[in-house]
Amino acid sequence: MAEQVLMLALSPTMEEGTIVSWHKKEGDSIAQSDIICEVETDKATMEYESVNEGTLLKILVPEGGQAKVGDPIAVVGESGEDISALVEAAEQKAESAAAAAAAAPAKAEPEEKPAAAAGVPAMPKPEAAPEPSAAAAAEPAKAEPAKAAAQVSAAGIPATGGLKASPLARKMAGEQGIDIRALRGSGPGGRIVKRDIEKALRQAASYGPAAAVEVAGPAIAGIPAAAGPTGSGRDEKIPVSGKRKIIAQRLSESKYSAPHYYLRIEVDAGPMMAARGRINSRLPKDAGGKVSPNAFLIKFAAETLKKYPSVNASWQGDTILRFGKIDIALAVAQEDGLITPVVRDCGSKGIVQIDRELKVLIDKALTNKLAPEEYSGATFTISSLGTSGILEFTAIINPPGSAILAVGRIHKVPVVEDDGSIGVRSQMMLTLSCDHRVIDGAVGAAFLSDLKAMIEYPIDHLY
Amino acid sequence: MPVITFRQALKDAMDEEMARDQNVILMGEEVAQYNGAYKVSQGLLDKYGSERVIDTPITEEGFTGVGIGAALVGLRPIVEWMTLNFSAQAFDQVLNNAAKMLHMSGGQLRVPVVFRGPNGPAEYLSSQHSQSFQAFYSHIPGIKVAAPSTPYDAKGMLKSAIRDDNPVVFLEAELMYSWKGEVPEEEYLVPLGKADIKRVGEEVTLISFSKPMQMVLEAAEALEKEGYSAEVLDLRSLRPLDEQAIYESVRKTNRCVLIDNDWPVAGFGSYLGWLISKNCFDSLDAPVELVTMEDVPMPYNHAMELAVQPSVEKIMNAAKRVMYV
Repeated sequence: MAEQVLMLALSPTMEEGTIVSWHKKEGDSIAQSDIICEVETDKATMEYESVNEGTLLKILVPEGGQAKVGDPIAVVGESGEDISALVEAAEQKAESAAAAAAAAPAKAEPEEKPAAAAGVPAMPKPEAAPEPSAAAAAEPAKAEPAKAAAQVSAAGIPATGGLKASPLARKMAGEQGIDIRALRGSGPGGRIVKRDIEKALRQAASYGPAAAVEVAGPAIAGIPAAAGPTGSGRDEKIPVSGKRKIIAQRLSESKYSAPHYYLRIEVDAGPMMAARGRINSRLPKDAGGKVSPNAFLIKFAAETLKKYPSVNASWQGDTILRFGKIDIALAVAQEDGLITPVVRDCGSKGIVQIDRELKVLIDKALTNKLAPEEYSGATFTISSLGTSGILEFTAIINPPGSAILAVGRIHKVPVVEDDGSIGVRSQMMLTLSCDHRVIDGAVGAAFLSDLKAMIEYPIDHLY
Repeated sequence: MPVITFRQALKDAMDEEMARDQNVILMGEEVAQYNGAYKVSQGLLDKYGSERVIDTPITEEGFTGVGIGAALVGLRPIVEWMTLNFSAQAFDQVLNNAAKMLHMSGGQLRVPVVFRGPNGPAEYLSSQHSQSFQAFYSHIPGIKVAAPSTPYDAKGMLKSAIRDDNPVVFLEAELMYSWKGEVPEEEYLVPLGKADIKRVGEEVTLISFSKPMQMVLEAAEALEKEGYSAEVLDLRSLRPLDEQAIYESVRKTNRCVLIDNDWPVAGFGSYLGWLISKNCFDSLDAPVELVTMEDVPMPYNHAMELAVQPSVEKIMNAAKRVMYV
C-alpha cells in the first residue's frame, strides 16, 4: 500500500526543511536507507535516508520547496497503485498550511514554547498563560507536580502527529532527556524503537569524553601538574541532574529559537550608588539590612518597561503577548545550577519593598526552597556578574520574556568631562539581549538608552 | 530420574490420588474395561474395581452431570471426556452447574470435580473433532483451567486439580500422550496458577501453553541459532493466570509473541494481548504479536490442516517482526 514520505526532524530544533535536491525521481525504486533527497534544515544540509520501501510514485515537494516536519514530501508504493487520495490529502494540507501562513506570515509552532530559561532558567512549568503572574499565584501549590510531570513527558513525546515511536522508546527518551523528534526511526514506517534510543545514547556518550578531556600536564619545577578535580588525571563522567537537563534544554531552546541580538551601553552608576547610600543611611537598624544595587536596577528597569510595553512582551507563535504586569527575575547562582526568582509587579512597588522581597527570594533560592511559581513566568530578567569582577557579558533570554539585561562590575574610570577636565566616574556596562521577533533594534536601543537616563538622572523621570 | 510418557504421568497422578483418597473416582467413556480411549487409565480398573473406575454410556451431558452431583455430595470425581469436542454436549452442566454452585449456594456447595481429556487439533480429524476449547472454558468465572505441556507438570498439576475444591477443566492433547519427560519417583505437587519459564532469554518473550509449547521451544532454539535470544514462558494454568510472571518477562524483553492454537477472535491469546498492552504499555517496543490457528473450520486435507495452525516458521516470523529484524 502506498504511503506518504514525511519530512523528518533532521535536527533537534528543525520545524521546517527545504528540499535542496532530489536524488531519486518519480518511478525510481527505493530501498530502506537509500538517500532520497537532501534537506536544508535550520542548521545544515542533511541527507534524507528513506525509511520506506517501494517505488517513488510522486514527488509532492519539488526542489527548492519547503515542508514542515511531519508534512508529506512524496508518496512511495507499488508502481501502478492509485495514489490520488494520498496526493489530494497532501495537497489539501499544503493549501490549508499556505492559508494559515498567509494569515500569520511568521507562524511558528505555538505548542513548543519553552517554559523558562535563559540567563537562567529553571524548573519546568508551562508558560503562555496570558497573565503568568496571576495564574501562577492563583494556582494551588499541589497542582504543580502534575504540571511539572506533564511538561517533562511533553519533552519526550512529539507534538507532531506524523511521528511514530514505540511506548518504550518514548519512555526511554523522556527519562534520558532525548528529544525524540531529532531521531530517525528504524522500525516499520520510520517508527522510533528501543534500538534507536540506545543508538542515540551511545552517540551522546561517545561525544561526551572529548568535551571533558582533562590532560595532566608534566610537573615542572615545583608547579603542580594540572590535574582534574579528582587529582587522578583521568576523565570523569558526571551524571546530569534533572535540573541541569532542564537548564540545558531551556537555554538551548531559547538560544536556538529566539534570534538574539545585543546592545551595549556605558552607564554612570555614581548617582544610583549615591542614592543607595542615602537610603541605606536612613534605614532603621532593624529594617533588614542594606538595600542592594539589584533592587535599584529592578526598579529602574520596571519604570523604563512601563514606557516600553513592547519590550515587556512574549513571542507566542502567531501572537505577541504584552504582559499586563512587570515581573522581573534576577538570576541567582546555586551550587548545582542557577535559578531565576521573580519579583512580581515591580511597576507598582518601591525600591525598599522590592529589596525586601528579593532578599526573601534569594534566601529561598540558595536553600532550594523556591516554589515553581516563584521562579517562573518572568516578563524581564536581570543577570549580574559584577561581584565576580566581570566587566561585561551577554546573557541568554529567559522565556517567556523577550529581553535580559546583563550587568557588569561597577568600576572607577577616568573620564573626560564636558568641560575638558579629567574626572573619575563609577562606570557600569549594561548589555541587553533582545528577541528580535518581538523587539526591533531601534526599540531595544531606545529602551536601553532610557534605562541609562533613568539610572543616571532618576529625578528626571518624576516630571 | 525416570523418563515416562505424558500418558503415564497422568495415570500415575490418578493412581496416587485414588490410593491416597478413596473418594476419588474415575468415570467416562471406555475408561474402565478398555483402559481409556488413549490408554490413560491403563490398569486402574484392575486396581480399584468397577465401583471407582466406571464406564459410562455415550451421554456426555448425563455423565458430566452425574460427576458434578457426586462431587456435591462428597466424592472427588475425575470425569474423562474422550475429547473436548464431545464436551460441547456437556457444556451446560459445566457452565450452569459446576461453575455456579459455590456462588449460588452462598459458599455452601463445593464441586471438587476434574474434567479432563484431549483438547485441540490432532491429525486428520477434520472440522468437528479438531477444536480448541481453552477460550470457552477460560471464559467462565467459577472454574479453573489447567493446560500443562510436560509429563512433570501434568502429573503435579493433575494431583493438585484432584485435591482442589473447585471444578477444574484439565486440558491435554492427543498427540502429547506419547511425549516423554523426566518425572521423579517421589511425590510432588505443581500448584495451579503458576507459570513456568521454560527457557530464559532477553530479546523477546514467547508465551504459550499445552501442546504448542514444543513448537515454541523449537522456534526459540532456531532463533538462537540466528543470534536472537528468546524467553519462553509456559503459562501451564489459564485460570488462575500468573499475570505477574507474564509482566515480569515482557518488561524485561520489551517484546512479546503469544502462541494460542485456537481461533483468534475472542480467544485466550487476544485476552492476554490486552492484558499485556494495558499493564506493560510503557515497556513495549512493538505491538504484541499473536500467532493462532486461522479463523476457519479445520480443513481435512493434511497440508491445509497444518497450514492453518501455528508453525515454527510462523512463530519465528512473528518474533522477528516484534524485534524489527
